[in-house]
Amino acid sequence: MTDSGATAPPLDLTRLTAHDLADRLRAGQTSSREITAAHLARAHATDRGLHAWLTLDDERAMDEAAAADERLEAARREGDRALDALHPLLGIPVALKDLVSVAGGQCTAGSRILEGYTAPYDAHITERLREAGAVILGKTNMDEFAMGSSTEHSAFGATSNPWDLDRVPGGSSGGSAAAVAAYQVPLGIGTDTGGSIRQPAALCGVVGMKPTYGRVSRYGIVAFASSLDQIGPLARDTRDAAALLHTVAGRDARDSTSAPEPVPDELLQLPASDDEAASWLRGKRLGLPREYFVAGMEPGVEAEVRRAVAALEDAGARVEEVSLPHTDYGLATYYIVAPAEASANLARYDGVRFGYSARGDDDYLANYLATRGGGFGAEVKRRVMLGTYALSAGYYDAFYLKAQKVRTLIKRDFDQLWEAGFDALVAPTSPSVAFRFGARLADPVQMYLSDACTLPANMAGLPGISVPCGLSDGLPVGLQLIGAAWREGSLMRAARAYEGVTADADWRRVEPHDLSALEDPSTPTPAERIATSAPAR
Amino acid sequence: MASLSRSDVEHVAYLARLGLTDEELTRLQGQLNHILEQYAKLAELETDDIPPTAQTIELENILRDDVAAPSMPSEAVLGNAPERDGEFFVVPAILGGE
Repeated sequence: MTDSGATAPPLDLTRLTAHDLADRLRAGQTSSREITAAHLARAHATDRGLHAWLTLDDERAMDEAAAADERLEAARREGDRALDALHPLLGIPVALKDLVSVAGGQCTAGSRILEGYTAPYDAHITERLREAGAVILGKTNMDEFAMGSSTEHSAFGATSNPWDLDRVPGGSSGGSAAAVAAYQVPLGIGTDTGGSIRQPAALCGVVGMKPTYGRVSRYGIVAFASSLDQIGPLARDTRDAAALLHTVAGRDARDSTSAPEPVPDELLQLPASDDEAASWLRGKRLGLPREYFVAGMEPGVEAEVRRAVAALEDAGARVEEVSLPHTDYGLATYYIVAPAEASANLARYDGVRFGYSARGDDDYLANYLATRGGGFGAEVKRRVMLGTYALSAGYYDAFYLKAQKVRTLIKRDFDQLWEAGFDALVAPTSPSVAFRFGARLADPVQMYLSDACTLPANMAGLPGISVPCGLSDGLPVGLQLIGAAWREGSLMRAARAYEGVTADADWRRVEPHDLSALEDPSTPTPAERIATSAPAR
Repeated sequence: MASLSRSDVEHVAYLARLGLTDEELTRLQGQLNHILEQYAKLAELETDDIPPTAQTIELENILRDDVAAPSMPSEAVLGNAPERDGEFFVVPAILGGE
């Protein structure tokens, strides 16, 4: 067995990145059981005030950790080459957004209509994580059916932001982002349809990537908008995010939209040295799209993003202002395409085969109306209504077809920049820092504007990553990098380079302000905070 | 651009098979019209000659090998049924006598 902790002073395993943990596992300094137990203990102790998790599965996680330890021991007996060949995520805890199927477990997608549903099979990415030997700690909170930018639209109550518990973590993958930021877990899986990985990553001060459309199989994932949805990683640094993406990416015959593109090995070869990472920037061409610095952007956010751009330039990148002229049409386009596809995808929730079912009437239509009327929350109903209207007879051409044509224009804007030789685009991730609970609930359009800088990458199918780039009024700001399709390898290198350039920045030493409040068992839950502060909706 | 009347909203709710309360219908009418105003911006763009983009990657007609494979055990599927009778999902009769 391992002689963990025998030489080092007490070490908090939850503060380490996945790659640090992997090094310690290989060196025999700790075990997956120790790592898993430490994260479970922290998650249980701190989640009252955060509500990042919908389920924590201690028993299964500890079983998976024990199995990982056996694989480690077997490799150790075989020698160094076997140890080196182990998967980087072996024995490392991962959080799954609660729309990823894990056989035998719940999968609510944040909705009452899936309460009590048990997933009969594993999602493709769940299988991949199991093969890697990762430990699935549990399932995280989210906006219902991933529709939202604050996690306030979860049917099971909001999640707080560990930087300020009175504020939202962003969304829809707010549970995974908050859990990673609060050191409850080193890695999280999210999904991103219009910004749902990148925006919460920005608001919680962590790294989050939406890969190219088609990069990760969506088999076993609850669908929202099928031409936009993509699965991706959240982590506390780019190396961890890249390793998690590498683990889940690649073609899967069960999702015919997953592409047979080779997964770049670069994702596992990001430089450990900050200087080496930063040197990648020399001579690289970065575009700064002027349309992303819009009216309504918080001055503090703009200042931090411009400072990040200056740091990239100082490190040798050539930054040029560019134009994506159809950016302004993105929001309207997205809010036709996504609800239209959602209205079709959500037709399956009929109360017949699974999930919530309102019965008591002999009439199938009455049951159907009551099941969907009672099972869906307000935002989901709004989007289903919008989408149904946009697809309905007489309006299809004016709305859906028009939006698909504008989508072509948005995609062409980006294509022209790749053809001109740009390596990546640099932009803000979110026009604002984390906002207070309730601030955008009254006006859906205000909530939708949260995604203005992220949704164009979904419309064009491109990979985008958000990395922390500073603090405004003490709250995290995200820098977004957007790359050409299938170029996640160089996009991760660019993000890692920015990390290297700013490794010594003061803001990197600042921890989420409310970590100690989370450790206090009397800290109010997000629901209690909302009940006492924000006006009821 | 089009504006939704109360009966339009009721009709769309019926098409979407959403049973909504009066209060929900009232609120949605205002919100949907507010959102539709944002859509009006798209009319500024001339798109007659622009082909639509349904998805962004150039994959077409993905076929799989025609081989038999075991399907999911029916117990795993029926286990989630709100109401079942043996191997069947139970629903109200849809073919009435009217």
